[in-house]
Amino acid sequence: MTLAEMSFVLPDLRPAAAEIFLLVMACAILLIDVFSKNPKRTMTFVLTQVTLLCCVFITFATSSAEITYTFSNMFVDDLMADFLKLLLYLTVLVVMFYSRAYMLERAPHATGEFFALTLFATLGMMVMISANHFVTVYLGLELLSLSLYAMVALNRDSVQATEAAMKYFVLGALASGLLLYGMSMIYGATGTLEITGVAERLAMGVANKTVLTLGLVFLVAGIAFKLGVVPFHMWIPDVYHGAPTAVTLLIGSAPKLAAFAIVMRMLVNGLIVLAVDWQQMLIILSVLSMAIGNLAAIAQTNLKRMLAYSAISHMGFMLLGIVTGVVGGDARYALNAYSSAMFYVVTYVITSAGTFGMILLLARSGFESDQLDDFKGLNKRSPWFAAIMMMLMFSMAGVPFFVGFFAKLSVLQAVVAAGYMWLAIAAVIFSLIGAYYYLRVVKLMYFDEPTDTSPIDAPFDIKLLMSANGLAVAVLGIFPQALMSLCAYSLLRSL
Amino acid sequence: MEFKTAVFYFLSAILVFASLRVITARNPVHAALNLILAFFSAAGVWALLQAEFLAISLILVYVGAVMVLFLFVVMMLDINLDRIREGFWSYLPLGAIVGLVMVAELGAVMAANYLGVLETDAPQAVAGASNTKDLGRLIYTDFVYPFELASVILLVAIVAAIAITYRGPKKTKYTDPAEQVRVRAKDRIRVLQMPAEKQD
Repeated sequence: MTLAEMSFVLPDLRPAAAEIFLLVMACAILLIDVFSKNPKRTMTFVLTQVTLLCCVFITFATSSAEITYTFSNMFVDDLMADFLKLLLYLTVLVVMFYSRAYMLERAPHATGEFFALTLFATLGMMVMISANHFVTVYLGLELLSLSLYAMVALNRDSVQATEAAMKYFVLGALASGLLLYGMSMIYGATGTLEITGVAERLAMGVANKTVLTLGLVFLVAGIAFKLGVVPFHMWIPDVYHGAPTAVTLLIGSAPKLAAFAIVMRMLVNGLIVLAVDWQQMLIILSVLSMAIGNLAAIAQTNLKRMLAYSAISHMGFMLLGIVTGVVGGDARYALNAYSSAMFYVVTYVITSAGTFGMILLLARSGFESDQLDDFKGLNKRSPWFAAIMMMLMFSMAGVPFFVGFFAKLSVLQAVVAAGYMWLAIAAVIFSLIGAYYYLRVVKLMYFDEPTDTSPIDAPFDIKLLMSANGLAVAVLGIFPQALMSLCAYSLLRSL
Repeated sequence: MEFKTAVFYFLSAILVFASLRVITARNPVHAALNLILAFFSAAGVWALLQAEFLAISLILVYVGAVMVLFLFVVMMLDINLDRIREGFWSYLPLGAIVGLVMVAELGAVMAANYLGVLETDAPQAVAGASNTKDLGRLIYTDFVYPFELASVILLVAIVAAIAITYRGPKKTKYTDPAEQVRVRAKDRIRVLQMPAEKQD
């Protein structure tokens, strides 16, 4: 082939403008941080926040209701991607605000790297959200996971953090292996790795069903590892517990959005023809997660560990929405079901960011405040933050008129509409069991004597943000309709 | 049997044997050496499929660089084998049963139609085309997005490795001559005012 034959058409860069900008800025911030003398890393911090705000603007400006593919169909930009990315930027922004003081205290040499790695993790999540190719799903996932492994280990003096990082790394590598194996099987059966291409080949019915199903089993196992649902959940409690709380906050919030996106892309966009097969697997994963997550959370004395089990049960609940999309080839309720799952994830991310943020707010040098007992009598120390924590806990438990209640309600509606009555009943029973340990936190805060009486000395801006986060849970609980219809609209334009 | 097929089975047999030895060898150095053998055989299989670029890069990159590094690490670390192998025999029966069941299940699923359906012709290389050139062209055109992402992942690996191991500037015993010259007596000696003690 001569040079003249090698024509190269520049791909349309517009849909990926936010990714490109974020990458350039992340590299720039990395360099600026090296030359920054300020021990408080103000410059790095401000630049990171500005970058995320610019990304909000870019994604908003380049958003269109059409589905656009670029980079030889490896990248897709649709409304679902735009919506999830906007939420992602905001979540990461809030996460960094909460974490800054904590990281400066615990890992003063690596705080700059913490910000840079968070940006790279964000890039990984954006890649996952916009992936239309199994290779880009995998690369996005690895970019996210590698940054997270490193962040868990940043506090190297802590034995717990090192152990958590090792466990996370080894199990994460195993999960990636399973995922890749599944992808290669699907490639073998369909001859393409492009997600829309896989869907076309499957619709034509030319693929080898046996190989495909085998690939699907590995794919679902890999996804389940990353989502952290039973029986692939063993890493979650140890990592949540062992990681520095700032990193737990990051792991426990934003990646759930990206995980939801890859489930939608791979299972719903790509493998919808095999829905009967993957729905059965997801139902088992979902019921087991709700059971084990909620029951094991009761026995915990460490709040981070308790929230880890709660995350497992929430992800199980979210899967119910994905299971009930297409039942027996009937796609009438698909939009409702998928948007209920999306709404569930979004509200979970908001609530979870607030809860871990509260642990960070109460932590100070040499004191982690991650035991349940540390929340005893919080009402006497600060009635306002006790009230906010109560709202967050009520929302997690699904007490009516907080946003978590509407999230659970909409998923349950989808489950009932799909005709899985027993599944809905099981979900309600496990949620009731789960309500116990959330309400226990409220009981500790209001009816027990404080063991720790030092005043809360967090900076004003963090207190303000924390209040806004708590109020968001309450306000969204009163007006859930706006967020719900945003989810439904973005999915309607993307499926 | 064609000559090519015979070579394929020969290479595959070595590959399977070497891979097994990687996980069964008692000595980690032997395991690493077996891994090198496995890479060599895999490179041979690739060469048979006319993917000469992949074959050569596998040998250059993995055998030449990665495995040598691996061997260094294995030889440097003083690994206590007895501790690692503790409990191996007690876990073996359960592990073997689980493994066998899984193999049997997979076999039962696959045996029915695996062999017949998947047999497709290997893509034939166009005469005169060089697959090194084609790979290069594709990586920088159609696959530029994943290629760039892979480079970002490598960057993150570098940043992560430094962030985890770096612990601030080292305190060396270096002294600055200029500072030594500028030093004044009051920098070195501090005169403390002590109240005079009374003699009883």
